[in-house]
Formats: sequence, structure tokens, C-alpha cells
Amino acid sequence: MDPSSNKHRRAESKKYIEREKERTKEKKERMGSNSISKMAARHLRILSGCNGALLSVRFFSDSTLAQEPIASTAIDSASVSPSINTAENHSQLNNNKKHSAPSSLKHAELAKFSAIADTWWDAEGPYKPLHALNPTRLAFIRSTLCRHFRKDPYSARPFEGLNIVDVGCGGGILSEPLARMGATVTGIDAVEKNIKIARLHADLDPETSTIEYCCTTAEKLVEEQRKFDAVIASEVIEHVADPAEFCKSLSALTVSEGATVISTINRSMRAYATAIIAAEHILHWLPKGTHQWSSFLTPEELVLILQRASIDVKEMAGFVYNPLTGRWSLSDDISVNFIAFGTKNS
Amino acid sequence: MNRIIVGRLSVNVSGLRVLQRSFCSSVAEKASSSNSGQPSSESEVKQSFTNNDDQYDVAVVGGGMVGMALACSLASMPLTKHLSVAIIDSNPALGKSNFIKKEDPPDPRVSTVTPATISFFKEIGAWQYVQQHRHAYFDKMQVWDYTGLGYTKYNARDVNKEILGCVVENKVLHSSLLSCMQNTEFRKTIYPSRLTSMALLPSSSSISVDSTPSATTLFTKGHLAKLDLSDGKSLYAKLVVGADGGKSRVRELAGFKTTGWSYSQNAIICTVEHNKENYCAWQRFLPAGPIALLPIGDNFSNIVWTMNPKDASDCKSMNEDDFVKILNHALDYGYGPHPKSISSGSVDMFSWFRGDATLSAKECFEVPPRVVKLASERMVFPLSLKHANNYVSKRVVLIGDAAHTVHPLAGQGVNLGFGDASTLSRIIAEGIAVGADIGEVSLLKKYEAERKPANIVMMAVLDGFQKAYSVDFGPLNILRAAAFHGAQYISPLKRNIISYASGEQRLPLPLPLFT
Repeated sequence: MDPSSNKHRRAESKKYIEREKERTKEKKERMGSNSISKMAARHLRILSGCNGALLSVRFFSDSTLAQEPIASTAIDSASVSPSINTAENHSQLNNNKKHSAPSSLKHAELAKFSAIADTWWDAEGPYKPLHALNPTRLAFIRSTLCRHFRKDPYSARPFEGLNIVDVGCGGGILSEPLARMGATVTGIDAVEKNIKIARLHADLDPETSTIEYCCTTAEKLVEEQRKFDAVIASEVIEHVADPAEFCKSLSALTVSEGATVISTINRSMRAYATAIIAAEHILHWLPKGTHQWSSFLTPEELVLILQRASIDVKEMAGFVYNPLTGRWSLSDDISVNFIAFGTKNS
Repeated sequence: MNRIIVGRLSVNVSGLRVLQRSFCSSVAEKASSSNSGQPSSESEVKQSFTNNDDQYDVAVVGGGMVGMALACSLASMPLTKHLSVAIIDSNPALGKSNFIKKEDPPDPRVSTVTPATISFFKEIGAWQYVQQHRHAYFDKMQVWDYTGLGYTKYNARDVNKEILGCVVENKVLHSSLLSCMQNTEFRKTIYPSRLTSMALLPSSSSISVDSTPSATTLFTKGHLAKLDLSDGKSLYAKLVVGADGGKSRVRELAGFKTTGWSYSQNAIICTVEHNKENYCAWQRFLPAGPIALLPIGDNFSNIVWTMNPKDASDCKSMNEDDFVKILNHALDYGYGPHPKSISSGSVDMFSWFRGDATLSAKECFEVPPRVVKLASERMVFPLSLKHANNYVSKRVVLIGDAAHTVHPLAGQGVNLGFGDASTLSRIIAEGIAVGADIGEVSLLKKYEAERKPANIVMMAVLDGFQKAYSVDFGPLNILRAAAFHGAQYISPLKRNIISYASGEQRLPLPLPLFT
């Protein structure tokens, strides 16, 4: 690479950033202290967070990029939407990141998922089991939610009018079908890369481009006092440090008489011991003492902690894998993978 | 190394552009909805989505029997009736209604529809239209061969059924499906044109930053396939169904490979008239190939006669009287004697196996009714077998003859096609139930997994019959005769064969190869 042209480009991009900052400042002044609705404000925070990320990435990668399109799109977006000071929000984003310590997520999990996030949507890739499991868990969600909310099970979009949050949405494998089934979907994941992948993929289809994706945690949504008709946390609870707290958060996100669906793996005690010893004591992926979660993954205990979080489990089913056909099906056998549907007490 | 990192970052950035764009638009929408009350962003998107006239959920290329059956089937199911369907076919009949005159003599192109196909037609609401036209149920079938060593009679009562099948002219099946489609409320558009090219881009989100989800931007994102037609129009669809027959353009454009061979045989088909009505399907295996006599109602029957190409052209050109003569000869004493009915009781080699003998086991051999005159022109078709190695790829699926062309031996070809249409529409409904994109390969693969083994077995069975009769060799003749005896006198085997031929059971025998 030619260092001089590199320098030139960098200078140019710096110039551009200055220009953009000025533009956004102007916008802010123009808007003044006009009251923006609470909802829009929240969106703005996300938007500007992404703006920040865009800028920071550009610092490192502009040498290979055609500069023209970036500049034009960034300006476009600035002119299309009311925007606030990017620099300020950039720092806010960083603050958020530092702030993520109290969340119930384990760092090892975050790291692991980031590394393989690229492959989320490859149905033949490492997420193949999840793609294969998807129709089965959706069949359970469809039947239980249709019954609970008295929706027509023969409708192509039975979830029309339902507000659903997919906690730990990953690349959006579950969120997208829910949106196609008519739900207003919010997908949240603590891994920013997953959210980016999910956003990109959802935009491919007008039916799923309405999904709201946020890089956040259930706890933060509770702080924001968000409420949903149905809260779904599929294959997530085994990745959280404190399932009881997590369930309380899920419960807090659910409206009264709303639904909560959780699916997870019912591991044997031996597997737990290995996981704790290996992960905490040998590999030091986890701080010692994060071990209580291990006992929470049996169906009985899940029912118990959900009950304490004022969610009554009404239905449960197991997922059974047929290695010959490579397909999953619902069954009464909850000894390995299982899914639970509960409703929130009023 | 450096380059790889830079490359990945550039992907990220291009992704972020789209990310940013969509967040902006969602803010704009939310902001506008908070101002103006209720119109949700979802309905706005939907509206702009349906505003594109040339954009469909499903594009069916080929409006023949199988393609129309798929459209009717989609329209009949609660989960799929909302889908917008485009049918591309240059056949002018698709634009008209009820083009069949009842007085017309039967068309020589007929199909033997199985009970499974009949129930499919009833489900989609098309059978009522078939019943308004000429059709002939048959409850008996006699199969024998020229060596005079054996015969088999099948009776619907052996399997506690009323009928074994129904012979219907193809034009009746087609117009019934057309009436069914015209009388069903769903979003359908007929393009009276032909497919010239098809394009599908891989999924990519970095190309366009257009704010409206127009068909072209969705196409560039790989969400839609684009079809160009011979009249200069083009349309977009989430799923393209190739129902365009044995010379499928869709199959060619999508690059599906086929396996197959042509038999050096032709089939001559025509309609003939008897003195009395015929209620039985007859099939006799002759040295050059089988001849079938199928009832089609009134005093008419249909002939499908397989022979080598030279004989076929001779048969086509000879005068009517001569043709009727050799036809009667082929159905009676020609090439060999009548088989003996075992009820006369010399040797009963299967008595130990018979158990509760089926009714038809006691029935004697019969001679088919004589043909008195020819009632249509004679048509000649070359026979071939062709099978697509794959039925599906992203956003493309093949059904009917586009996926498999079979020997017309038992009139099974179109039944396989209707089976495809039925299965595909069910799989699409299952996908919609769980919110899948209907063009997803993982969903379409389910259709392939279900249909391919069924089709291959039927093709192998029919091909096997063809091969078994293409050799005239003493020991083999005896083996065939033994098979006939087995089929005639071993009741469980007979029931198996009947339910397989009725399209109700997948395999005639436990064939380990395909299970």
C-alpha cells in the first residue's frame, strides 16, 4: 500500500468527519429543544451509537474503500433523520460498554459468540443445529401463543398486533420468522456484532425489516420500562450468570397476563461439573463463584424460578433430534432439550 | 493478513451503511406515526410492497395440469391462500373459461388418476368440475402377457375400495383446474407469455442503499428471483416453480442436471369405440411393449400401445380398418395363447400362502371387449425417462414432468406430478406456519426429501417392467409368469400392489434400497 495516498485519504476522511460534525451540530441547533417523543429518542440513541461505530471503523479501514459512497450515504442519513451530536454519543456508547459489567452475561459467552457470528445465517454452517431446531421451536411458540392470545391458528400472520421481544436474538434466526408471522418484534442481544448481522439480514426482506434490533440486555430494557405481550428467551438462559435474576427481568418485561417462553438444555450434573471445573478452575474463563446457575437448568428448577418471578409455567415440551433425518420434533421427552411456556400472574 | 483484515472491515462498513439507513428510516417512521396517530410502519411497508405490480410470492412457470393444480392447492389452504401467484404460460386456453364441448369425442390424451389424486382434487375443490365432464371409474384391472403363462386380475373390493382409479381426458383435468382457479378468490395473475431468462443474485446487503423496498432493490439483495418473458415483460418472485414439462426451461436456466435415457420405443395413442360399455382397465404385455385399453366412459376406450418406432409409424399410416384389425388381434390371440384360468384346478402352487384368498383370485381370465371402430386420430410419442438430479435450489423448485418424465406404462406420470403439487403446497404452508421465507432452500429441501424417493421408486418400477419385457427369452418368460401367478394368488402381495398403484402407499414391497 502506498503510504502517501493512505495519508492523503486519512486526511480527507478527517476533513469529512469535521464536516459531518458541523452538519449534525447545525441540525441540533435547528431542532433546538423541541420535545421529541420518548420512543424516537430511544431510537436516536441507537442511531447515534451506530454513527459512532461507523466513524470509528472508518478511521481504520478507509484505505481500501471507495470514499464516495460512504460520504454520500452518511450525509444522506444525517439529512433524512433528526440527528444529535455524534461525538457526544460516541462517548455515550463507550460508557455503555464499560457499564456492561452488572449484566448477567458471561464474558466468555460474549467472546465465543462474537468469534463465530459471521456464520449465523449459513444454514449448513456451525449454526446448523439451531437452523434445524428453528421450525420446531416456532411450532411450539405458534401453538401456545395462538391459544393464549386467542389468535386464529389458520392465519398466515396470527401474531398480528402482538409485541414480542426476542431476548438473545443472535443473528435473528428466531426474530425474522416471528415478524413474518405478524408480530411486532424487538430483538435484543448483548453482542453488537450479532445485532449488526441481524439488522443486515432482516433488511433483505420487507416483512422482516420492521424488526427493531438493539444491542442491549434484558436488564436494561427493564430499566427503560419496556413491556411486551410475549417475551421469548430461546437457548439463552444457559448462557446467563444468574438465571433467577434473568427470569425476574423477563417477568418484568412481560405485561400482566402476557406470555413468557424459555427454551434451554437440560444437562446432566456430570456435564455441569465438567463445565464448572473446566471453565472456571482450569481455563479461568469465568470468575470463581459463578456456579449457582448450574443447578437452574433442570425443568423443575426452571419452573420454580419462573414461579418466584410470578410466571406460571403452563406447558412444556421436549425437542427430540432424529439423527437419520436431521430433523427435530416436539415430544414429551424433556430430558435433553426442552421449551416452556408460562403466563404472568396479574 | 493485512489485506484480509482490511477486507473484513470494509464488509463491516458497507454493512453499517445499511444498518444506519434502516435505523434512520425506522426513526422517521416512528416519528411520523407518533405525529399522525396510528398508521404503523408495518402497514406502510406492506403497502409499498404490494404496489409493485410485477412482484409475486410464487411464480408458476407452466400452466399445465400440474402447475394449475399447485396454484389451486395454494389457493385452497388457509395458510397459503393469501399468497400472490403468477402463472406464466402462452397457452391461450388459460384466459378462457370452460372450453370443452360435451359432444366432442374423447381426446386420445388421457390420464389414469389414482384414488390419491382424486382425493387431492376433492381437497382443492376441482373434482366437482371433473364430474361435470366425461370420466370413467374402473374397479377391475386385468394384466396378462403374450406367453399365455399367467395373468393377474385386480379388483377394488380386494382392498375394500369402490374403485381402482378413474380415466379422465387431460383436457378435462386441465379445464377443471382452470374453472377451480377462476372460481377461487385469490391473488392470481396470468402472463400469456413464455419464460426467456431467469436471474437470481446471491444474498447481499451491501449493494443498495435505497430507502424504498422496491422489487429491483430486493432483487439485488437476492430476496427475489427475476423472470424475463418473451413479450418483454419481467416479473419478480420469492419462489419460482418450474412446472413447464419435460423440456423445462426453468430446469435448464437454473442449471439442474438430469439423468435419463430414451427407450427406442414409441407409444401410439388413440380413442376407440366398442359395442358395449367397458368398466375394466386392460393391459397386455406384448413382445415389443405393453398395450393398454382404458375405459373413458360411454362406449369409448383409450389405447396406449408401445412398440418400436418403425411399427408405430406403420400403424399410424395404415388404414383404419387394418388398424382396428391388428388392435383386436393384439388384445386377443395375437402373439400367443390366452392364459389358463387356474380355477379349473390343476396345480395350485400358492395354496399354502393364500390364507384368505382375495375375491379376484377366483376370477377367470377374460378377453377384453372388441374394438369396433377408431374414434380419433392416431398420435405417436417417443418414450423416454428423465429425472432431475435435484428438484430444488434457492428460490427455484421443479414439479411434475420438469422433475421427472416417466414411462407412461400405468398412466402414473401425472399422478406423480399431482403428488408433487400436493406435497409442495403443504410444505409451503408448513413453512408459512413457522414464519419461514418460502424460497429458503432448507424448506424446499423437505419437499425434495419427500418426493424424490417416491418418484424414483415409481420410475424404477415402471422402467423395470419395460426392461423385463424388452427381452424374449424362455427362462425369463417363465419367471415373469411366476410373478403374475404370485401377484394373482398371494393376497398380501396383491393388496400391496393395488394400494401402491392407487397412490396410497409409498412402496409396493419393502425395498431396502430406498427406505
